[in-house]
Amino acid sequence: MGGFTLTHFLYLLQATGWTVVLTLLAFVLGCLAGFLVMLARTAQVRWVRGLSGLYVDVVQGTPLLIVLFLIYFGLALFGFELPAIVAAALSLMIYCSAFLGEIWRGCVQSVPRTQTEASECLGLSRWQTLRDVVLPQAMRIATPPTVGFLVQVLKNTSLASVVGFVELTRASQVINNSLFQPFLVFGIAGLLYFALCYPLSRLSRALERKLNGGRRQPA
Amino acid sequence: MAAAVSLRDVHKRFGEVEVLKGVSFEVAPGEVVAIIGRSGSGKSTALRCVNRLETIQSGEIELCGRRVDDPALDLRALRRDVGMVFQSYNLFPHLTVAENITLAPRRVRRTPPAEARRIAEEVLTRVGLSDKIDAYPEQLSGGQQQRVAIARSLAMEPKVMLFDEVTSALDPHLTGEVLKVMETLAKGGMTMLVVTHEMAFARRVADRVIFMHTGKVWETGPGSMLADPQTPELKEFLANGL
Ligand SMILES: Nc1ncnc2c1ncn2[C@@H]1O[C@H](COP(=O)(O)OP(=O)(O)O)[C@@H](O)[C@H]1O
Ligand SMILES: [Mg+2]
Repeated sequence: MGGFTLTHFLYLLQATGWTVVLTLLAFVLGCLAGFLVMLARTAQVRWVRGLSGLYVDVVQGTPLLIVLFLIYFGLALFGFELPAIVAAALSLMIYCSAFLGEIWRGCVQSVPRTQTEASECLGLSRWQTLRDVVLPQAMRIATPPTVGFLVQVLKNTSLASVVGFVELTRASQVINNSLFQPFLVFGIAGLLYFALCYPLSRLSRALERKLNGGRRQPA
Repeated sequence: MAAAVSLRDVHKRFGEVEVLKGVSFEVAPGEVVAIIGRSGSGKSTALRCVNRLETIQSGEIELCGRRVDDPALDLRALRRDVGMVFQSYNLFPHLTVAENITLAPRRVRRTPPAEARRIAEEVLTRVGLSDKIDAYPEQLSGGQQQRVAIARSLAMEPKVMLFDEVTSALDPHLTGEVLKVMETLAKGGMTMLVVTHEMAFARRVADRVIFMHTGKVWETGPGSMLADPQTPELKEFLANGL
């Protein structure tokens, strides 16, 4: 049993970097896909709403780990052998898109219908109304839960360890396998996760307080 | 001269409930028509059918020569001709007064920003609020917000304006300033269809008054008809207020 050295710690820090990279990758892709899901969930056309609703239900009702296995091992059967980071990013993107799409749908629909009517009465198109009237108002409401959700994404990147992607969790396993000091090693990993998540949680809460205390629209 | 607005035997249902039961009336260009009637009699619905916020089941609606009930109607073209002001103002809370007013000219008519700003200044002067151009809606009183809403609509130079109980949400001491703006508009020759509970305004400003009752045009005539109601329903309505 060797001791935990600076080299180990630097290895964990480097892996933390990969956790951040994977988080950002998943989050950015997830936001793009989530925006499309939100559009589909609020579409005029009934079957578009229905189909996207089904997508959301299926993704939300499936463990992320299963999605990851399907993409990493499942696609490999068809000759798509994705690198672990790509499989993890894709899985997290799917996961994000369903949850963010649904959070944002709620925010968009909480903008009073009268705002849309006023805009359309002025001759703005549906798209212009969404872009200039609805989204700016929905975005203010959406920011706190979206930042809050980023914390979930960050923690869930640890699942990528099971397909061998060396992020923070995987790196701690590797170190612990040689040191056998689980409390120390996983404790440090936990602290590193906390150091990333805590500011985000605080930011989310601060944004929410600002939203509730700040300017409010009349009905 | 052809009517600016005309409804012929308009029927409108919400689900099973028939809200408009064969409504017909016309508004001539430059005319001011007030619609009065009990809450629930279908006034708002009639107005909302005119600019296709609602679709109708049968009948015909025409606005400035355009068939509103045509399924292939160019909605945006229709809405260049008709403006609407709501009871709840519906200003965009995230935009300044100037931005509220210039949004449609810039997006719909591609007016350059400087020119749009000039238009905003001009319409705000008409409603007496040129000093509020950079305020946010929440910084304004209800009466001021409603005047901005009118200015916002005017910026698109509509040929017809629809007003749906625009003073009903206002304190009595604020309704006057809004009604004054509307009266000025009326004098300036704007074609106006005004749903209102302000009987004094209807009598003084409207060329014609329509009394709606249970989804029908029950009685119609010049403003003076309010002093001499013909039907018991209008008599009762005028006696009991709303
Ligand atoms: N979107 C809607 N869905 C169902 N019923 C409606 C809707 N809008 C209005 N109604 C009903 O239609 C009737 C007429 O409403 P409205 O036109 O708003 O009357 P008014 O403006 O004269 O008070 C009311 O009974 C109201 O409940
Ligand atoms: Mg009404």
